[in-house]
Amino acid sequence: MTALTGAPPATPGPGPVPDAPRPPRHGGLASLVPAVATVALLLGWAVLPALFTGHDPLLGDTSRALHPPGTQSWFGTDQLGRDLYARVVHGSSLTLRATFLAVGVGLAGGGLLGLVSGFVGGRLDGVVMRCVDVVQAIPGLLLSMALIAVLGFGTVNVALAVGLGFVAVFARVTRAEVLRVSTSTYVEAAHAGGVRRPSVLVRHVLPNSAAPVLALAAVQFGQAVLAVSALSFLGFGAAPPAPEWGSLVAEGRDYLVTAWWLTTLPGLVVVATVLATHRISQALDPEARRRT
Amino acid sequence: MLRYAARRLLQSAVVLWAAYTLSFALLFLLPADAVTLMLSGGADEVFASPEQEAELRARWGFDQPPAVQYASLLGRALTGDLGASLTTGQPVTAAIAEALPATAQLAGTALVLSILLGGGFAVAASYTRSPRLARVLRALPPLGVAMPTFWVGLILIQVVSFQWGLLPALGDTTAAGLVLPAVTLSLPGAALIAQVLGTGLTTQLGLPYVATARAKGASRPRVHLGHALRNAAIPSLTLAGVLAGELLAGAIVVETVFSRPGIGRLTSTAVGAQDLPLVQGIVLLAAAVFVLANLVVDLLYPLVDPRVDLGPRTPSGAAP
Repeated sequence: MTALTGAPPATPGPGPVPDAPRPPRHGGLASLVPAVATVALLLGWAVLPALFTGHDPLLGDTSRALHPPGTQSWFGTDQLGRDLYARVVHGSSLTLRATFLAVGVGLAGGGLLGLVSGFVGGRLDGVVMRCVDVVQAIPGLLLSMALIAVLGFGTVNVALAVGLGFVAVFARVTRAEVLRVSTSTYVEAAHAGGVRRPSVLVRHVLPNSAAPVLALAAVQFGQAVLAVSALSFLGFGAAPPAPEWGSLVAEGRDYLVTAWWLTTLPGLVVVATVLATHRISQALDPEARRRT
Repeated sequence: MLRYAARRLLQSAVVLWAAYTLSFALLFLLPADAVTLMLSGGADEVFASPEQEAELRARWGFDQPPAVQYASLLGRALTGDLGASLTTGQPVTAAIAEALPATAQLAGTALVLSILLGGGFAVAASYTRSPRLARVLRALPPLGVAMPTFWVGLILIQVVSFQWGLLPALGDTTAAGLVLPAVTLSLPGAALIAQVLGTGLTTQLGLPYVATARAKGASRPRVHLGHALRNAAIPSLTLAGVLAGELLAGAIVVETVFSRPGIGRLTSTAVGAQDLPLVQGIVLLAAAVFVLANLVVDLLYPLVDPRVDLGPRTPSGAAP
């Protein structure tokens, strides 16, 4: 695996460091509960935005343009008098859908690739892993942007581009898990007992290698939110009137001096989302480390 | 040592070739071809008759079968010709060479800042005797990773430039104008270094040689900075390739936020105009930077860690 690029890009040191004196505990329930609450709130925003705000995200009231945050509009209003809180709430649907799609594409594509590559082994495995090495030599954001250049703009294409960029990471981790599971005695027993190879793959290898891959999906969720909003900030996401977290920050860019809330608050929502999902991913898999 | 370097150079060339092939497959074989994209995509719609389209296609060689295109493009790439930008007609290599110095300056400054900031945090977190301070220092890097770069940049402009009136905000190419972009760009890398180095320091400080050194009378600063840090820094060195990539990808966002010229701006313009040859050139540049960073680090290893021997043994098979 290291033959091509010399150093394995993501795994620091001569292997995992499981024997560190005491694993740093990032709080217990005290931080997990707010994290789960945050994610629940965000999902609520995305699924039932009307429940959380009475304002229309697209309808402006120019007499109330650029009002600072207050009791009437929690996050203030933008240059057209649109309620920023309503735009963030409605924007969460687009942004989170793109995030889910991105992680889904990465998980499905990379998972399948890693599963087959690890299980079949041999020359196929070699070719797939060399490709993964090469893909991982290109920074994720740049890879996604190159894909966007081909696929075109829009929320769905941004999500696809981010997801395809994740395929390499998921393939690598899935393959490692499959290799680990494939050498275990129960898989050997299944082979020896005459179970056909596809059945072994589906009934024994898949379920037993799934947990770390799903934990990686939780980690990548935060990365996906960041990537999707960065691409949306750069202007490759939804077309203007539709709100996305990244494009909301970009729109506020022209009002940095007069209206701090337009950039600050949507960005804070992104930070809260990433932190909350990161905390939950740690709870799912205490061993999970950044594997980008 | 020389033989090792030669072999690694050869491997690097193979990676670059693979990156070229992969980007060719991605960019030129997917659904639409470059000419259709150029005419339909981008900001302004261009109308062309089928004859004009065919002529454009013939001029860029897109009417040839893929294998022929690939062979001729690869042949030209080997001579240093990556084609021309579809929008400006400027050679891709010239466009990249023109934009590279500004980004190199920005990324270099950010790299130094990343190492200082990340290293500082990691050492401070393991050196302090106050558990509360250590907890705060260890909680900050994950926060740094969670903050979108574009947002950090805008907040810095808002506070430092507009509220405090300290540093120039946008489009400034002087040294003072470099500070905020470099700080913004350095944060994700600094957070990464702080986390990896922090883990390394915790591991090293628990090892018996540290206790021995302390027992023999070495001071705390000496044990931390002289012994543990040196050993803990080795895994962090491996990050160089990832870090180089982070800096390049970060520059795309940072240069847009701060309206600076450079590779990042070139990238977003190229993607915005769906200028595939230029995009491919930049992807190749990224792969080259990654390969080069790893090559340098591999050659540096023996200097940092005398136990590493670059002799006849092959470094393969060390899969994580």
